[in-house]
Amino acid sequence: MKPLLTLLSRELALTWGRGGGALPALAFYAGITTLLPFAVGADTARLAVIAPGFAWLALSLASLLSLERLFERDHEDGTLDLLALGPVALEAVCAIKCLAQWLATGLPLALAAPVAAIALGAPVTLAPLILACALVGGLAFAFVGGLGAALALGSRRGGLLIAVIVLPLFAPPVIFGGGALSEAAAGLPWSAGLALLAAWTAAAVALGPLAMAAACRNAID
Amino acid sequence: MISRILVEDVAIRRGERLLFEHLRFTVAAGEAVALTGRNGAGKTSLLRAVAGLLRPAAGVIRFEGVDEAAEARALALHLLGHLDGLKGGRTAWEELRFAALWSGGSEDSAREAAKTLELDRLLGLEVRKLSAGQRRRLALARLIAAPRPVWLLDEPLAPLDAVWRARMGELMATHIAGGGMVLAAVHDPLPLPARTVEIGA
Repeated sequence: MKPLLTLLSRELALTWGRGGGALPALAFYAGITTLLPFAVGADTARLAVIAPGFAWLALSLASLLSLERLFERDHEDGTLDLLALGPVALEAVCAIKCLAQWLATGLPLALAAPVAAIALGAPVTLAPLILACALVGGLAFAFVGGLGAALALGSRRGGLLIAVIVLPLFAPPVIFGGGALSEAAAGLPWSAGLALLAAWTAAAVALGPLAMAAACRNAID
Repeated sequence: MISRILVEDVAIRRGERLLFEHLRFTVAAGEAVALTGRNGAGKTSLLRAVAGLLRPAAGVIRFEGVDEAAEARALALHLLGHLDGLKGGRTAWEELRFAALWSGGSEDSAREAAKTLELDRLLGLEVRKLSAGQRRRLALARLIAAPRPVWLLDEPLAPLDAVWRARMGELMATHIAGGGMVLAAVHDPLPLPARTVEIGA
């Protein structure tokens, strides 16, 4: 347990070194939220309808931003070798890296999501559900994103490749979360969507590290 | 405790190219072995294969004294390669402390190792500000910061000056005197009595 905590604190410290922690993702998030009214017009009634779904979609895109460096740096400088020879399995190492990614960028983004939605005119009553979706979904985005990052190891223009690998896998959580949000906005029961989102997250957290570790082993071979 | 490393009939292939085959040797506890061979002969690949990072095309690498190779690799191996895994933006102390805790050492042993390699005054510096030799000493300090019996070293002395080469020779001698093993890929002879295994001869 202790080595894992040591690794987690190092990874959290490195997310700042890797590019300012959550700041770029938050700035990107604020930027596209501001751009939306320019694109669809300032009609508040229309904005209010699309605000929750937009805030949710934008969150999934913002969580793509810092993925490229999640494994690439460690692969380039030999850290991955060091981690592979550690006291815990590479699967656990990968899970810790994704967890750190979520804590460093997913969590701040999740806190920003209800703010963005309400700023665009979403009803305040929807804020807790948006936060819940963003917290749970953010974890899935981090683990699925980590899988994309591990698979893209060693390729040139990895960032682009990660987006291509990961975006199809983002479709189910985006649909489940978006479904829950639109049901809730219409006053219908929304728990099914959130439950499905949680199930997807559980699957990503459980299976993602296995695939990530295999991809990392393949890359350092 | 690992009593011997056995490399049995190992062949390593990189892409289409067969680097070597039927390689056989052992490293016993308390022994240093120097791997020699021309550039590209496969010294680095062999070290990585012993560390389990690379799968040999044929043959097996066994660790006598432990049940599974994976256990030996998780708890008993240090690998120091060309890429030292040090992050330029972190301080020398942060990196050394992490390596020590990760590989089974403690903060005290990390501090001890820093003293042995005379890094005390550099610990507050960012790794990127260290010279090549200082950086290598920091990487070597990790070997001492966490006690593990097997040292796999890839050109460990290359950036060091004559004084530090001699000091490293003493440290390796101390390590093997305590039952440790050193397997080092080198071009210059190791600064301690060592058996030589030539690759690709």
